[in-house]
Amino acid sequence: MASSWISALGGGALIGAAAVLLLLTHGRIAGISGVIGSLLPPVPSDRGWRVAFVGGLALAGALAGAFAPAAVGASVRSSTAVVIAGLLVGFGTRHGSGCTSGHGVCGVSRLSVRSLVAVATFMTTGAATAMIAGAS
Amino acid sequence: MSVALAGVIGVALGAGLLLSGMTAPAKVIGFLDVRGGWDPSLGLVMAGAIAVYAPLARWIQRARKAPWTDVAFHLPTRRDLDGKLVVGAAIFGVGWGLGGLCPGPGVVAAAAGRETGLLFVAAMLVGMLAQHGWVRR
Repeated sequence: MASSWISALGGGALIGAAAVLLLLTHGRIAGISGVIGSLLPPVPSDRGWRVAFVGGLALAGALAGAFAPAAVGASVRSSTAVVIAGLLVGFGTRHGSGCTSGHGVCGVSRLSVRSLVAVATFMTTGAATAMIAGAS
Repeated sequence: MSVALAGVIGVALGAGLLLSGMTAPAKVIGFLDVRGGWDPSLGLVMAGAIAVYAPLARWIQRARKAPWTDVAFHLPTRRDLDGKLVVGAAIFGVGWGLGGLCPGPGVVAAAAGRETGLLFVAAMLVGMLAQHGWVRR
């Protein structure tokens, strides 16, 4: 129990530090859905850093898959549910201009009213869905 | 330089997601499901990230006119609330609560070779393209 609290806090601090570095080096919000969405057509002019950023994220995942597979948790839902979840996450994050990183970390830190509303909204619908899906 | 830095930052962010537990769908669902046996530990992920980001981001924006590799900061300026923001966030929350993955952890799980991660990211990209088509209709 205590170790999961420490790793959550430490992991969160590392996420915050990475987001700060992206602000310092690129002047950008570290919003993962925005970075990925902006790589899809129509493609913007500055895609170099976006590809590298997502590539770095993927490299961390590939290394974990090879050397620390337990760190990548197993899915607890059916493939059908995962596909529906992916569709909703893709549509929703672009429609709502952000996800847990852009709104949840950067936006809340900057006291953005839009981000505070977005976080309150996705936490509420997320909790409701987890409870309904968990009960079935 | 700009590209190399972004790559290193991406690796650090991925490591943070892995360490935090955000890449474990069961843990995420256990956090969102606030009934008996609630696991609130993931709340500390956001707390830890904000504790680092909020003061340092504020300081960077005061101390510098521009980031290292660009001529200006590119930060959101909108302050208005609209239905699109709320509807989009609500839809995202349903997907997050259903699958236990948000975009970053999805990419990490897919790159780790997890079939569910690959399915999730493929569907997420389709969802993003669909949203673009929807707003342009």
